[in-house]
Amino acid sequence: MRHVVFVLVTALVAPVCAETPGVLAVRNARIFTASGPAMERGTVVVRDGLIEAVGANVPVPADAWVIEGAGLTVYPGFTNALSAWGIPRQADTAPPGRRPVAAPLGPVARGPEDRPLNTSWVTAQELVQPGDPSIERARSGGFTSAVVFPGAGIFAGQGAWMNLAGEKAGHMVVASPLGQHLTLRTSGFTSFPGSLMGVFAYIRQVYLDADYYKASREIYAKEPRGMKRVDYDRALEGVLAAPRVLLPAVTKVELERMVRFGAELKRPVVLYGGHDAARAMEAVKASGFPVLVNLQWPERPRQADPAQEDSLRTLELREAAPAAPAALAKAGVKFAFYTGGLEKPQEIRAAAKKAVDAGLSREEAVRALTLSVAEIYGVADRAGSIEPGKIANLTIVDGDWFQERAKVRAVIVDGVKYEPAAEAEKKEEPAK
Amino acid sequence: MKTLRLLAALAAMAPGALQGADIVIQNAKILTVTRGSLEGSILISNGKIAQVGEKLMIPAGAQVVEASGRYVMPGIIDCHSHIAADAINEGSVSVSSMVGIEDVLNPEDIDIYRALAGGVTTVNVLHGSANAIGGKCSVIKTRWGKSVRELLFEGATPGIKFALGENPKRRGSTPSFGATALRYPATRMGVEDVIREAFTEARKYRAEWKAYDARKAKGERALPPRRDLKLEPLVEILEGKRFVHAHCYRADEILMLLRLADEFGFKIRTLQHVLEGYKVANEIKAHGAGASTFSDWWSYKVEAYDAIPYNAALMHKRGVLVSLNSDSAELMRHLNLEAAKAVKYGGLTEDEALALVTINPAKQLAIDSRVGSIEAGKDADLVLFDQHPLSNYSKVVKVFIDGELYFDREADEKARIKDELRKRSLEEKQKKQTPARRPA
Repeated sequence: MRHVVFVLVTALVAPVCAETPGVLAVRNARIFTASGPAMERGTVVVRDGLIEAVGANVPVPADAWVIEGAGLTVYPGFTNALSAWGIPRQADTAPPGRRPVAAPLGPVARGPEDRPLNTSWVTAQELVQPGDPSIERARSGGFTSAVVFPGAGIFAGQGAWMNLAGEKAGHMVVASPLGQHLTLRTSGFTSFPGSLMGVFAYIRQVYLDADYYKASREIYAKEPRGMKRVDYDRALEGVLAAPRVLLPAVTKVELERMVRFGAELKRPVVLYGGHDAARAMEAVKASGFPVLVNLQWPERPRQADPAQEDSLRTLELREAAPAAPAALAKAGVKFAFYTGGLEKPQEIRAAAKKAVDAGLSREEAVRALTLSVAEIYGVADRAGSIEPGKIANLTIVDGDWFQERAKVRAVIVDGVKYEPAAEAEKKEEPAK
Repeated sequence: MKTLRLLAALAAMAPGALQGADIVIQNAKILTVTRGSLEGSILISNGKIAQVGEKLMIPAGAQVVEASGRYVMPGIIDCHSHIAADAINEGSVSVSSMVGIEDVLNPEDIDIYRALAGGVTTVNVLHGSANAIGGKCSVIKTRWGKSVRELLFEGATPGIKFALGENPKRRGSTPSFGATALRYPATRMGVEDVIREAFTEARKYRAEWKAYDARKAKGERALPPRRDLKLEPLVEILEGKRFVHAHCYRADEILMLLRLADEFGFKIRTLQHVLEGYKVANEIKAHGAGASTFSDWWSYKVEAYDAIPYNAALMHKRGVLVSLNSDSAELMRHLNLEAAKAVKYGGLTEDEALALVTINPAKQLAIDSRVGSIEAGKDADLVLFDQHPLSNYSKVVKVFIDGELYFDREADEKARIKDELRKRSLEEKQKKQTPARRPA
């Protein structure tokens, strides 16, 4: 009987090590399955990258590496519902000491037909670099996966569910494409679209064009003779490939606006932002659109001018934002979390805790980081919860993740165990 | 501080205090605008004006608003404004008819509440004047606190903005934007050409659809034309389904546009600004265009120099349908005083002057069957003033829209204290939550 008891120690010197036993079991741990009630004492068995069994009385297979789970909590692998993790930041190309030159403007766009700010065909997996430091940092914070979007332009490209470990980007992809990420950027005054109105008109025309393109190509494919062929348009191909549309909406006005606009697109819509959801609940709930809530809550800027007065509206939004998830849960609206501009694991945890303090249950908060993400993107058949047959992504925490002192002990990604990089946070912090 | 107070006021406004039940405004001096003035009462029922008269029976359960010594006039209508929108100009192109104000309406814009406090109940929210053919416009009521859908004036004919002269040609001749950013046109001739080309294109587009419909009717296999959101509104103009509101100043360009419209067989619904309208009033009248102008605002650029304060009165006397507009979130809060200037300059009667900001703009927007005067059957959009609205000393006391109380000066003043306190406490709390970072 090969029975290796793996003792977790807070070894500060431990490198980021990937243990690679084929079979792994966490025994006698507290387990949040996300799909069912939490288990106070249970066992999870992982085999060849998949969850084999979970339950209170599941026997530990003879060939398993065992993690003694006393005092530990096992969650489904945390997943960032909208991120750019794994995509290298664009290097600053300006020579040192010189002011960076503004990026050259593309050709001036004269209308929607020029397809400005459009990279709808770009997929996340094309850009993800497995060695990017953001991946290791995310794992250290307990995240096993992220829905990654290329993120530039109005049509910012197609997202993919990426597991946050692997030697090749292709191995990391769990599902793709999952959606088209739309933003409301403008081109400035001189190139279309130069205004928010223009952005709406542009998006509307592109979706009309996409449907027209699809119908024309189908007609052509049936009987090419006697019909002029339809020009290939990569921007429309990208739009058609994505099974859903992500639309930004933070304030009440924006949420109600996007609910109206989203309905026009006649495609599945996911809203992202969500801070003012409580005030726009009637419209959001009626729309049936799920909401990705940005965990980066609006705050008074730390460098704010002490004499600066914020409007009551701004103050109220800051006050209300962390309570948005609880309000969404109460209203029965499907929602998940994304980390926005937060990077440090401690910040992400603190932000999620704020939502809990504002009335969200821990179960609901965990769900918003796990199963709800999978459900919103249509991959709950393979990820998001601790159920037999699903991908073995687990987050193992010493204690309760929402407690400040709790430590992420390990994450398991595709059945492979990774320990947090010790001192990772200290290293990142640049000397002041 | 002013901003703060008004912001505070908005949170406390609780429209609906007088909702539902019948309302009687009694003992008021009623300026109906279309049917003279009287001292008496107005009965509001189901959001409409049910009766107007010197002596009215007060129905059981009706709420009574005592208005002795006060004046009631119809809600003010502003035919040219840029409030309540998160974007105004799509200036990148010379024809931006694909964009629309409705997409970016912001029902929480504080300027709506401020306009309301100045007695404005209906607003034509226009696209800006950066291009020859601008974007689609929205007619709204200042229903503060309601959603976009409820803000929109139900059934109002859609509009679009055109612009002539300096603004649309500036981008063609200002090198500071950069050589690649220069945009045709650079001259008034070019502006005319842009409009002509656009409608030529629109006619072709309409013909394509007609040909397709004909083929389809015969049962032939045909691919429909591609829907073009830029050209669709222009086809609507050709078919008389969309109103053109054209920004203009000079007499020559006004004539150019009227002739161009005649050539393509459509109408200019209103000429906006139209500061030299007094020179070509007969031609404007002949075309059937309305004129929406300022009382005494001019000389802010060369094309706006040859203006006189008698413009509104002179055009009116030639039979042109004239309104006074604001084009400004500030000016729109005292349009009643702008109307008063037409009494001084041009000798209009009080009713004629009030008509410039009520029934006339209502007619220009083709909503005069609903609003613009105090008549039985019309929407109960009413403004109570403490003095005659043409007086400099008058203040708005209450504003009703559809019989609902949307502004009440007393309630507003009370709410400010409460909201000031709320604001201070939130500020303190948030300052503690994110203390200023020390310098490194």
